[in-house]
Amino acid sequence: MAKISVDGIEYEVDPDNNLLQECLSQGLDLPYFCWHPCMGSVGACRQCAVKQYRNAEDKNGTIVMACMTPASDGSIISIKDHQATDFRSHVIESLMISHPHDCPVCEEGGECHLQDMTQMSGHNYRRYDFKKVTHRNQNLGPFIGHEMNRCIACYRCVRFYNDYAGGEDLAALGSHHHVYFGRHEEGTLENEFSGNLAEVCPTGVFTDKTFSAHYTRKWDLQTAPSVCAGCGVGCNTAPGERYGTVRRVVNRYHHDINGYFICDRGRFGYDANSSDQRIEVARFRHGQESQFNTLSALEAKRQLNAMIGGDVIGIGSPRASLESNIALRDRVGVQNFYAGFSDGQFNCLQEVTKSLRETGLVCPSIRDIEQSDCILLVDEDITNTSARLALAVRQASRSAATELAKEARIPLWQDAAVRELAQNTRSPLIILSPQGTRLDDVASELHLLRLTEQLHLLQAIAHVIDPQANDLDDYSEANSSLANNIAEQLCRAQRPCLVSGISAESPALVKACTNIGKALRAHHSKNAESPRPIGLCFAMPEANSMGLALLLESGGKSLGAALQRLAQGNVDAAIVMENDLSLRVSAVALEEALAGQTPLLVLDQQHNSFNAKAQLLLPTASVFEQHGTWVNYEGRAQSSYQVFRPSEGILPAYEYLSITDPVQQCLVSSELIIQELARSDSRFNSLTDLRPPRTGISASMKSPRQSHRYSGRTAMYAQAHVHEAQQEQDRASSLAFSMEGVMLQKDASLMASPWAPAWNSNQAISKFQEEVNGELKQGSKGVLLCSRQSNASPYERFDIDSEQKLACFAIAHLFGSDEISAQAPAIQARCVGPYVCMGQSLANALGIRQHGLVQLETATVRVQLPVIIRSKIAQNCIGIYCANEVDKYALLNGKVALQAVSEHESHIASSRAMFDLLLIKDALRGEA
Amino acid sequence: MTDTQLIASSALKAQARALTEEELREIEHELTLYPDKRAVGLEALKIVQKHQGWVSDESLLAVANYLEMSAHELDGVATFFNLIFRQPVGRKVMLFCNSVSCYIMGCEKIKARISEQLGIDYGETTADGEYTLIPVPCLGDCDRAPVMLMDGEQQRNLSIEKIDELLAKRAIENNSGSGIRQ
Repeated sequence: MAKISVDGIEYEVDPDNNLLQECLSQGLDLPYFCWHPCMGSVGACRQCAVKQYRNAEDKNGTIVMACMTPASDGSIISIKDHQATDFRSHVIESLMISHPHDCPVCEEGGECHLQDMTQMSGHNYRRYDFKKVTHRNQNLGPFIGHEMNRCIACYRCVRFYNDYAGGEDLAALGSHHHVYFGRHEEGTLENEFSGNLAEVCPTGVFTDKTFSAHYTRKWDLQTAPSVCAGCGVGCNTAPGERYGTVRRVVNRYHHDINGYFICDRGRFGYDANSSDQRIEVARFRHGQESQFNTLSALEAKRQLNAMIGGDVIGIGSPRASLESNIALRDRVGVQNFYAGFSDGQFNCLQEVTKSLRETGLVCPSIRDIEQSDCILLVDEDITNTSARLALAVRQASRSAATELAKEARIPLWQDAAVRELAQNTRSPLIILSPQGTRLDDVASELHLLRLTEQLHLLQAIAHVIDPQANDLDDYSEANSSLANNIAEQLCRAQRPCLVSGISAESPALVKACTNIGKALRAHHSKNAESPRPIGLCFAMPEANSMGLALLLESGGKSLGAALQRLAQGNVDAAIVMENDLSLRVSAVALEEALAGQTPLLVLDQQHNSFNAKAQLLLPTASVFEQHGTWVNYEGRAQSSYQVFRPSEGILPAYEYLSITDPVQQCLVSSELIIQELARSDSRFNSLTDLRPPRTGISASMKSPRQSHRYSGRTAMYAQAHVHEAQQEQDRASSLAFSMEGVMLQKDASLMASPWAPAWNSNQAISKFQEEVNGELKQGSKGVLLCSRQSNASPYERFDIDSEQKLACFAIAHLFGSDEISAQAPAIQARCVGPYVCMGQSLANALGIRQHGLVQLETATVRVQLPVIIRSKIAQNCIGIYCANEVDKYALLNGKVALQAVSEHESHIASSRAMFDLLLIKDALRGEA
Repeated sequence: MTDTQLIASSALKAQARALTEEELREIEHELTLYPDKRAVGLEALKIVQKHQGWVSDESLLAVANYLEMSAHELDGVATFFNLIFRQPVGRKVMLFCNSVSCYIMGCEKIKARISEQLGIDYGETTADGEYTLIPVPCLGDCDRAPVMLMDGEQQRNLSIEKIDELLAKRAIENNSGSGIRQ
């Protein structure tokens, strides 16, 4: 700790930081643009100028840039000094020279960092009355709007997009007064994190295009703290609603998980909530009639109760909240509760939950991963399944740069200097994958291996680290030098980390990764004085995969077992909750099960081919429309709060399932279900602390979901009713559908949208952090459910399938693989149809050209799909992207025969256009 | 058109051309002088410009592919420097200084004469593709102002007569058919 004096007041600060960061951490107002807590300082904008004095006698002082000056012990600075304030007001005046007067029509208006800083710097009148520099804007695709005239050239966009997120298609073009931030040529921004530009840009150059399409000012949005349901990372989000539709989703700061950034699936997938595929009314049909009758909410509840009698089975869902899964389990009984996973994932998850309890290993948070100095990434294409993890892995590759900077005594916040010093020096990131990934550019090693080869290699690595882990087989011995090399890097690392997943649906893979973790544990317990944190995590494909897996530990069987019972036809009804079973099993298996003619009761959000077969279909609430609890890949339970009341008839699944009397109002709430679980099941005890206690003030006065500037409350529905409707009541949480109540600012854990006096933009978050980029003052971390056992368990044993002539692996895509977000129009603009990936030699053998068609045939399915021939793909294997259309399990579990199909040139051309969206850099060029 | 159709792809419309053998040889030589490929970006652009007169999108993509860097990043380099031409220029580029010393020494009159003779303003190229006039801040020759750099040669102590003479020479060269690069 160091002591600095700011305007005569002493503060205790961290000398390893710069003055700007420390001033902000102390809650002082100092304007800035180019600096960002995650990106450090470059001193580009000159806005954070302060006066620094050499000593107490120095009365003149010098103007320095706070972001470029270390907060060293004894520093004496002044923010208020008139020369410093004068300097800052001139800087902003010059930055603003070409900035248009378009705040009233600018999407950023009202939450604009530039507006805030202009006010703070005291630049009130524009004196420049010459011609402004203007630019032509680009169409940057379905996500991001572009208005270059507003740019003040702080360079934050390229520093985030290129330096932080690894994007390649945004550049600072031109120089001096005509710097232009855009693409070399108009076109869609490629990077999976492009949406963050809207938040990183201090003004309205880069904006959320989907938000602009149904725009509402920040202060008119009703928001609540939410959790992204796009994958199993559990990023915190702040959705905003107006007039009953979600208008946008922005990042909500979480210290351990998403920090300041979320992926584009999470940001732009919200529009699925108002897609035309949404189920809005309940419907019912008798027996096998094809005609549906729509039901009123009351009729639906009656019908539901009539159907749930006798022997009923329930199939849960990893994309439904913990509450809904509990309610279903309790309604049908544990003996009748079945997992909604595919059987492969079910088996994997049993191993994953074991690994989460294994002593001596840690499941790294996103922030932990960022700080790892050696990562072994096995099989999982995390950019496409858990994108935020991939962004963290990318940061981890900079650990070596951090070390170099420390040696050279360069402060880590000196971003440009650290990058200049490091050049291409990167920490080990070893990727084992059947095909090239979007992290290849930062990988130190990429090994293109089929799953079976990966398993052999993992065995060999574990054997090198600890010979007791397993024996060596022929393959492993042949690759011993590779195994030695990887093992050596893992052993040397201070903070090694293994990242894998369950997309391959291989329990052996989970076991093999866990074995390496255990081997490292054994290695360090023998060799090192102090234990090192050994990170091991598995990416989860869905928002509550882990929650459901943990719930199933106390009972519940696989989906296969449920389908068997259905096929036998000896149950009275089956409830399938928020689950499209056609994505979990092969079509044949599902058909056989449904042939049992069991009445099917489906609760879901969106129409799909499976729930079209339901006898009773009930509309359920989305993540935005219900209170829910979600357990992420770490086993971290987090609460999401209802942002707004959905239209009548749409209920959270748990409310439907808890109804005993259709006429009475349902008294069950998310809070009650969770409290009951915490009380009755010792594994979930810690959930008691999940939500802030509703005692004291907030018991009588709730926190508002609306800002204190929320407008139009009395007039919002004036076209329908002349009197003001009663505000919706929220009996289930400490939030109110109102602008009145205890200021959210009192408790950041309930705060969706940060605001502080003079800080209207998202940068206000620093007012609620212990220190900049630190924990939120009140904490909102969620609860980790998996405590480690005291005893180490022995190494896992597993068999590796014998090598097949042709191996198939499933491909996932960030835009398209998640069935809910894939209904959002903006996401759909980035989706592609199903396809097959293969290497050149296989394509040659089959006689297939780039983008030509191949026929895949198994015993039960025959499809023709376009082909991408790429160089980065393992030998003798094909990747299949099913786009939730093609029968994935029939292809992956069957024996596939391949055959070329002759096709028209026009077909090849249309395929080529589609594949441009996929950004497969190593796709081989087709014949012109 | 819907948004989807409009932006069906992020791929660039321009296609890379093949670099000539000479260009490749010179770029390869530069590669031996730098520790990493991207560092050669600027030199490679200069080489291409030397041979082609300017850097077209096709050339830019060719260089980016060859150096395994993003075209967007390379374009950032190309557009940062005023003297990397991203638009076609005349066979002779006149870099005309209009900075302080030359201004004091009457460069405005000289510029007016050039514009009058050739019918072009700053940033323009004559219809016959012969001349391009570009202002530059300083050529480091203030004691012999006004100056300009034409076709790689520094022209000092410019006067109206000297301009007429230079441009007349061009007329002769043109008539005799020499001096025009293919």
